[in-house]
Amino acid sequence: MEQRLIANKKDFTLKGFFLQWEWLLVLLIFAVFVMNSNLSPYFLDTANLLDATMGFLDKAFIVLPMVFIILLADIDISVASIVALSSVIMADLYNHGVPMELAMVICLAVGTLCGWINGLLIVKYKELSAVIVTLSTMIIYRGIAYILLEDQASGKFPSWFNFLGWGYVGGIPFILIAFVVFAIAFWILLHKTNFGRMLYAMGNNPTAARYSGVQVNRLKVIAFTLAGLMSAVTALFLTSRMGSTRPNIATGYELEVIAMVVLGGVSTAGGKGRMIGAVLAVFLIGFLRYGLGLVNVSAQMLLIIMGVLLIVSVAVPELKQRFSFARKR
Amino acid sequence: MNHTGTDAAALQRTQGKKASLSSYIAKFRELGLLAFIVILAVGVQLRNPSFLTWENLNDIATNTAILAILSVGMMLVIITRGIDLSIGATLALSGMTAALTVSHNPGLHPLAAILVGVGIGLLCGIVVGFLVSWVNILPIIATLGMMNVFRGLTFETSGGKWVSAHQMPESFKGIATGAFLGINNLIWIAAVIYIVAYYFVSHTRTGRRVYAIGSNPESAKISGIRSGRILWLVYTIMGGLSGLAGVLWVSKFASAQGDTAAGYEMNVIAACVLGGVSIAGGVGKISGVLLGAILLGILNNALPMINVSPFWQNFIQGAIILVAVLVNAMVKRGIDRNNLMRRKI
Repeated sequence: MEQRLIANKKDFTLKGFFLQWEWLLVLLIFAVFVMNSNLSPYFLDTANLLDATMGFLDKAFIVLPMVFIILLADIDISVASIVALSSVIMADLYNHGVPMELAMVICLAVGTLCGWINGLLIVKYKELSAVIVTLSTMIIYRGIAYILLEDQASGKFPSWFNFLGWGYVGGIPFILIAFVVFAIAFWILLHKTNFGRMLYAMGNNPTAARYSGVQVNRLKVIAFTLAGLMSAVTALFLTSRMGSTRPNIATGYELEVIAMVVLGGVSTAGGKGRMIGAVLAVFLIGFLRYGLGLVNVSAQMLLIIMGVLLIVSVAVPELKQRFSFARKR
Repeated sequence: MNHTGTDAAALQRTQGKKASLSSYIAKFRELGLLAFIVILAVGVQLRNPSFLTWENLNDIATNTAILAILSVGMMLVIITRGIDLSIGATLALSGMTAALTVSHNPGLHPLAAILVGVGIGLLCGIVVGFLVSWVNILPIIATLGMMNVFRGLTFETSGGKWVSAHQMPESFKGIATGAFLGINNLIWIAAVIYIVAYYFVSHTRTGRRVYAIGSNPESAKISGIRSGRILWLVYTIMGGLSGLAGVLWVSKFASAQGDTAAGYEMNVIAACVLGGVSIAGGVGKISGVLLGAILLGILNNALPMINVSPFWQNFIQGAIILVAVLVNAMVKRGIDRNNLMRRKI
């Protein structure tokens, strides 16, 4: 296990403040805006910008708990399958006569249950890494979705359900408001509560955290359960936006979510990163994709760009650390 | 350290004590798998008499060959505590490149096509290995990212089109359909790879180092093993095997598509964990992996034969992986407990 020192709270310096990762993200968002407004004269329009957020915010709900999980130096690649399973169960129940409100509650419950199972397996079987557990549950959850719906689509939701993905409140998209509310809640949870401090402690040194009385297992289960719950929230918004659901919805979301989190400056080694970075990364990637869509970049090219972005955003901190070590020697 | 189970069992025998259940399972893991395969085969045969016919068995062996080839590479990767999710995409990219090459030069010798595929695969493996060993990115993240890059490149090189059977010369399709001494070429290739791999992991220093890194990276480093190089080598081997598998795949199915073998990495990982390769690293045997691959191959062949809906296959496969890793973990716990108890006395 790598030894790390946790520095005391640093004094505020202007240079230190502006050299933070988050400022780099702000600069990048600015660059994307400049690029996009050059591509399309209609881009820099408030209504247009707000509408653009509706297109990419659905998966952003998973980014918030994924920050917790990556802070713990774990990973959850089953989130996209949880989205598919909870969405399919909701649609199937509704089309078998269950009232929509109840189906939505069940959707959230299914997501939470899936996340809880992940967490439970991971803490009960310490020999297994989160990678292999969520890898197998990823196949299982989507497998159940396929068993339920085979290759059919299911939809015909009541018209009020469209409000989640398409509605506005006072000119602002409802999904944006929901995301901001959730983001603030998760920010408070991470940065202003004991729970958040314990997450950092665990991420930095799980053994030391356990000896200091942190309930390591419970925290981990909570983090994975939250990921399940937020995946179900994503399922609600995504299903509402698409109007119907299929077992193969949300494929590849896990990659995008993880890319957003690590681009947001959360270290995969655990214990380092902030909520604000991940939220900025959501908007950075979202507007980047939107802009690339404006110039008709193919979906395959986007795949490549997302992959490279993920690699680069993990590689930069690693290389920086390596070269700063080399200099010190 | 890879034979912890067998060593423990042997030790206990010499001490004249009754071995525990878990060490038995560890010791007879391969036999158990074999027994399970036989029981499965008999069960399926009772439901569908056309299962145990020569044609079908030959079919299963041919279909399993590609999975078995990939499993060897994945075993090495998992032994070093890594994982490679990019192999499905590497397979597609090298298969597509090989198919495009032969469709433009129909006179090309099939061996040259294989070389093209393996070359592309090696290149992909070198990139992944570089990211994992030198840049120090977690294997899961590096391969998740490269999976998308390779998959995107596959679509880009083909322009989204397929290369279909009539664009491929007979000689190229002959790679996978041809036979030598009445046995399909794929089976021969897999057999050669298994023999080489067996020699590599058990009789060469580099092969033993792979295990050393996996069972204890710290002490491997202290004993002077350059783990970065070994890691790089392991991912390069994986890439090369995926490239080879790509050519064989395209030649066998006589079509190269952008989404060839999407998600196939899961089958390969399943074969490995079924064969007793421990995700925690350092443990895994060639014989186990071969049996794991055969078991999966039989399942894939048998499920449609006994009328299991194809929509169940995902679920069954995931459940198999989960159960296999859980059993591996329990067995390891049992062995560790035994070792601890012995130490007290």
